[in-house]
Amino acid sequence: MRYDSLLDATGGTPLVGLPRLSPSPEVRLWAKLEDRNPTGSVKDRAATFMVAAAEKDGLLRPGSVILEPTSGNTGISLALVARLRGYQLICVMPENTSVERRMLLEAYGASIIFSPAAGGSNEAVRVAQGLAGEHSDWVMLYQYGNEANARAHYETTGPELLADLPEITHFVAGLGTSGTLMGTGRFLREHVPGVQIVAAEPRYGELVYGLRNLSEGFVPELYDESVLTSRFSVASSDALRRTRELLSEEGLFAGISSGCVLHAALGQAAKAQKAGERADIAMIIADAGWKYLSTGAYGGTLEEAEARLEGQLWA
Amino acid sequence: MAIEVRIPTILRSYTGGEKSVEGSGSTLDELFADLDGRYDGLRERLMDDSGLRRFINVYLNDEDVRFLGGLSAQVSDGDTVTVLPAVAGGAS
Repeated sequence: MRYDSLLDATGGTPLVGLPRLSPSPEVRLWAKLEDRNPTGSVKDRAATFMVAAAEKDGLLRPGSVILEPTSGNTGISLALVARLRGYQLICVMPENTSVERRMLLEAYGASIIFSPAAGGSNEAVRVAQGLAGEHSDWVMLYQYGNEANARAHYETTGPELLADLPEITHFVAGLGTSGTLMGTGRFLREHVPGVQIVAAEPRYGELVYGLRNLSEGFVPELYDESVLTSRFSVASSDALRRTRELLSEEGLFAGISSGCVLHAALGQAAKAQKAGERADIAMIIADAGWKYLSTGAYGGTLEEAEARLEGQLWA
Repeated sequence: MAIEVRIPTILRSYTGGEKSVEGSGSTLDELFADLDGRYDGLRERLMDDSGLRRFINVYLNDEDVRFLGGLSAQVSDGDTVTVLPAVAGGAS
């Protein structure tokens, strides 16, 4: 396959069957390998679309500063796009994210402003919004509310899945900004009657939920409940166990959100099997395991790994 | 009849610091009403006249109840109900 430049190689990722984890020939799991993107994550789709939209709207000029609340993947994707398109990037990120993320961001030339660990991504969003208010010339693309994020998936991820798996019955992805689920979900629902759109939401430790009061809760502006069929909360213990299963059973070295997604997908598979129905369940593997090695997720006992994840934003 | 209800840190002031309490009822609505009898003010933090509060997520055996009928979701003995505040999308 040939592309004019690295950014053109975004998307068009492989869909691989998981024969060992699939319960039966009638109930099949499929993994869409989003680590096969320029910076190694599904966020490359959203980043390219958000920057292209901002350019089209005349918001960006050579040397413009892009500001974004991001714990990693979006920042890394934006860092690449910013580097290649001539912008500066400032990421606001909680201090309790894995060191690989910071190292990658800095390697791409991005600057980081750390927000307090307590309060997690909510706090990063607040800090970024505050900074955007103070610097009117900085451009905050705001992945949580930017329609180009969801549109990237509506225009690319969804059509790719339909082309590769027209018999799809379920789509399962991690819930973060909700861009992947909203965009892909909307597209699939328009084209595949009865398709189930299933969200897998990481359940974090108490530190991350240490909000000052409930009005400081957060629902991404992109989130539209009506696009989903169901939504599952997945504990770190289950996400870890499943991430290790992906590796041991299928040889797939995936990030921890993928374990989260597999857990929800297996739940759907069990349900279909129990009902005697066929199923073709496509899951998003958002990234590979490289950035999570330092979290200890892949070594030692599960209990040790779980203890190490406590307090971290692991997905 | 016992349904385990897990309470997030931010609401434990209503349960005397307990992170897990037990209640009964055949729907979520009944369960919350039951809890309110023993943990004054808890119910009001979870719901108002129009239903579950926007920044509160409730899961029945790990599934978001908004997809199971919301407050009319059926609960039974042995179920686990988890209450969590809505948070921004993890490590996006």
